[in-house]
Amino acid sequence: MAMLHLVNKSPYDACSLNTASTIMKDGDQLLLIEDGVYGAMKNGKAASLLKGLKVAVLGPDLAARGITEDKLLDGVDVIDYGAFVDLVAANDRVQSWL
Amino acid sequence: MKLTIQVNEGPYQHQSADTAYFFAKAAIEKGHEIFRIFFYHDGVNNGTRLTTPPQDDRNIVKRWSELAQAHNIDMVVCVAAAQRRGIVDDGEAQRNGKDATNIAPGFRISGLGQLIEGGVQSDRLIVFGD
Amino acid sequence: MSETKKMMYINRRAPYGTIYAWESLEVVLIGAAFEQDVSMAFMDDGVYQLVKGQNTTGIGMKNFSPTYAALGDYEVNQIYVEKESLEERGLTLDDLQHLVWEDEDEDYAEKDSIRLVTRTEMADVLAEQDVLFNF
Repeated sequence: MAMLHLVNKSPYDACSLNTASTIMKDGDQLLLIEDGVYGAMKNGKAASLLKGLKVAVLGPDLAARGITEDKLLDGVDVIDYGAFVDLVAANDRVQSWL
Repeated sequence: MKLTIQVNEGPYQHQSADTAYFFAKAAIEKGHEIFRIFFYHDGVNNGTRLTTPPQDDRNIVKRWSELAQAHNIDMVVCVAAAQRRGIVDDGEAQRNGKDATNIAPGFRISGLGQLIEGGVQSDRLIVFGD
Repeated sequence: MSETKKMMYINRRAPYGTIYAWESLEVVLIGAAFEQDVSMAFMDDGVYQLVKGQNTTGIGMKNFSPTYAALGDYEVNQIYVEKESLEERGLTLDDLQHLVWEDEDEDYAEKDSIRLVTRTEMADVLAEQDVLFNF
């Protein structure tokens, strides 16, 4: 019974990424969307929060913010809205950390 | 998969109204069923037909109306939140003595029970907000 | 409704600065009529919603904090409050309203509705839910 965690805020603006990343259980999936995508940038202090987690980011939100994939942490999946839907289907429930 | 989508923020103010739309569209393209889209808090402002966005920008309200019409989606604006924020249909205008209505095509005003029902009847509830 | 689902309402915002706390409570009250397995979680700034002694006269807003005390009457009596969120904010259970419910199966004995849980325990509680509402 895995959970899909959505974080849509920058980790430098709100605590949602901190809360989500510290509450996630083994097998859960994190998806960063909207301003949340900044959390996946490898040079940011928040990158350490994502260690050991299954992380995906919404590609269109990266592109909108001028973040190229080389700026991301290793192992982060860049996905589109279609794959976002697939993640919702593949996990048992969705928790939006607004 | 049967989905209920909750939208908590108004058009333009926050990206969630856009993300919810693209998610809904992608879900339909993948063959899933949207049981209901429920607009709460400032999300009810997605349901006014009186917006005039700039010509070179997306028309969020119109986009919702078109999606609802094309795919027969039930788009519900919460009555309590709508009353607070001035989204009005004929019934509400009569009941509350308002001299105008502004609900956009494809939206209907109804109670919070519609959100709960969405949670009960759907396979997944996804919330988009601030 | 054809089945009973475990529905949790998650509260992470402080009251009054934004409307989310009040409008989420409105959902809980309406939802209580649907005979589902309902619980609430208070974490991050959401714990501030339960702080007792709220007086809103000066800001001209309706004080909705008495509504939390009424939750027991609506059979909403599984209220999870996160320990770490309280500690981070320098709060203890003593700062919060004492929320209770009456167990009709035990002669209407008054019981505590608030369950203080660690973040790890909260993760387990969340994982048991079918539907998660966020505001």
